[in-house]
Amino acid sequence: MGWNRKVLRVDLTAGTCREEPLNMKWAQDYLGSRGLATKYLVSEIDPKVDPLSPENKMIMSTGPLTGTMASTGGRYTVVTKGPLTGAIACSNSGGYFGAELKFAGWDMIIFEGKSPKPVYLYIENDKAELRDAAHLWGRSCWETEETIKHELQDPLVRVSSIGLAGENEVMFACVVNDLHRAAGRSGVGAVMGSKNLKAVALRGTKGVSGIHDFKAFMKATTEAKKVLADNAVTGQGLPKFGTQVLMNVINEMGALPTRNHRDVQFEDAGKISAEAMHEKRESDGKAQLVTNAACFGCTIACGRISEIDKGHFTVKNSPKYWGASGGLEYEAAWALGAANGVGDIEALQYANMICNEQGMDPISFGATVGAVMELYDMGVLDAAKIGIDSPFGSAEALAKLVEMTASGEGFGKEIGLGSKRLCEKYGHPELSMSVKGQEFPAYDSRGIQGMGLAYATSNRGACHLRGYTVASEVLGIPVKTDPLTTEGKPELVKAFQDATAVFDSAGICVFTSFAWTLADVQPQLDAACEGDWSMDKLNEVGERIWNMEREFNNAAGFTAKDDNLPPRLTTEPAKTGPAKGLVNGLATMLPEYYKVRGWTPDGVPTAETKARLGL
Amino acid sequence: MKVAFKLFASLSDYLPADRKGNRLELEVEEGTTVADLIRRYNVPERSAHLVLVNGVFIPPSERIRHRLQPSDEVAIWPPIAGG
Repeated sequence: MGWNRKVLRVDLTAGTCREEPLNMKWAQDYLGSRGLATKYLVSEIDPKVDPLSPENKMIMSTGPLTGTMASTGGRYTVVTKGPLTGAIACSNSGGYFGAELKFAGWDMIIFEGKSPKPVYLYIENDKAELRDAAHLWGRSCWETEETIKHELQDPLVRVSSIGLAGENEVMFACVVNDLHRAAGRSGVGAVMGSKNLKAVALRGTKGVSGIHDFKAFMKATTEAKKVLADNAVTGQGLPKFGTQVLMNVINEMGALPTRNHRDVQFEDAGKISAEAMHEKRESDGKAQLVTNAACFGCTIACGRISEIDKGHFTVKNSPKYWGASGGLEYEAAWALGAANGVGDIEALQYANMICNEQGMDPISFGATVGAVMELYDMGVLDAAKIGIDSPFGSAEALAKLVEMTASGEGFGKEIGLGSKRLCEKYGHPELSMSVKGQEFPAYDSRGIQGMGLAYATSNRGACHLRGYTVASEVLGIPVKTDPLTTEGKPELVKAFQDATAVFDSAGICVFTSFAWTLADVQPQLDAACEGDWSMDKLNEVGERIWNMEREFNNAAGFTAKDDNLPPRLTTEPAKTGPAKGLVNGLATMLPEYYKVRGWTPDGVPTAETKARLGL
Repeated sequence: MKVAFKLFASLSDYLPADRKGNRLELEVEEGTTVADLIRRYNVPERSAHLVLVNGVFIPPSERIRHRLQPSDEVAIWPPIAGG
């Protein structure tokens, strides 16, 4: 059956934990994880609720393949209304936490209300209780995990927690599990902090039982793993070079947003690339990259584990950062590096470590620093206001600002608001490189046109993981399309968005989609879950989830006007590279996208579309 | 004429051992094609997955007839992806 059929409802206000059955009708319609948790959320909260109020809820959810033999089946999702955007927030994480939740016998945890004092939730199989976390408040994610494991005398406990950023309600705070995996985007950590919930600690020893057709499942997962192993991308490219291999690719294509999107190519891209992580440093003769790493059940192992240069100015007096640690991944390296013109890879690794340690999204943080540096360059902000000279390219500013932002010190408090609020405050809203308040990831949509539409219509604000047309436009997966044209992109974006919703809701990693199509996932789900899980149904489920998220955002007050890009991307042509002279053609793509979606010209799902999807 | 030739990720093994970084500056004859350069450096055809000239993708079928121009930047990757 794939699901444990059991939900834990935690009332933080009352301090109670209650078991309830999973709504199996909804499981058949929304699958699990992202889709199913969102169904619960939209059914239980007012779309207009203040995201940081006790009336908002936060759900941690697994999918039917989480914790199983399916490759990459270690994912879990945090769903809530996001403070950074005011839209649906849905952040997905790997590591080992998701599988442990499944092993403890639960499908999801729904947190509601607000605890009067800091607490953490401890789950040991069927037992769940809230415990005092006064001694954990003020501690980092790393210290919190270590302290809980020590207290419980159990090194196998899995912990998801917030650091200082979540406590301080940094609008892009994450929930971090297993030291350096994170439900990273949209500020889900700030919601957790607003509820005085410091951590969730899990111990599950039950394994996963009740697979619908076990023999068929073993066959399907074994065959699917072979597809991953035989594929050059998932079998060789990602394990060896990680996502970071894209730095030089995207730079060559003239789509690497640089200095707050003023430029589309970064002269120091090579210095912060995957290749650079493999090169031996002059200072100590060691490469920054130590090894690759895998999340639970993953047969790809794209993760990076690195060691910073101990003599670097950021850490020479801080031995606690000298050990091997997570990073750099492409998005973080871009946001901390090219986005603000910093080409010092050791400084990027330091900033990335602080983001992991204190629970902060490096994409939104780095991109907001890019906006700060542009305001500094324009003379709107100065060293006295910021607390440090902050020209583009300053590794010193990056290192200082990451510390200040996590701790909410001085100007760090303003960076913690995100670029939209910060740029509005200083009179230049146009300089926030964001959609619906969430900062762009590492692809400039003047050089990869489809991504402009994917960003503009992403339900959680600018994001590459809702519809990664880069796969097609750049990498030729599943087919190569021209990144410089808008033709065919509305259909492409919709296809990626709907399929991704299924991958996310199954409880597997979207990176499998570099080798798998839905046709590879379908036999695994069909064997794991009771009911009909045909390709037709999966396609419908993906589209249903997308429309459900859209309906929530519309009810929260978003309109077609919010499906937009900053004017820089639609009016300032790219200066160099293949896209030189081009802006993003969103105005051409958007009306067609609405039609393809079955929405009105105002971006609202029509009655026919809703009826077809059972919404 | 001069062109730049760049091999990335695992393909950097096909660059001369004494090179620094991923980029070579080459003197090539007029009429040299992308496929000529790929052959000259013994890059297996199936590994030359993503081939860009000045950032623009050159499909496999065109590599044999795509003649390089002075100052062209040729960059090649094996099958890779990111996120």
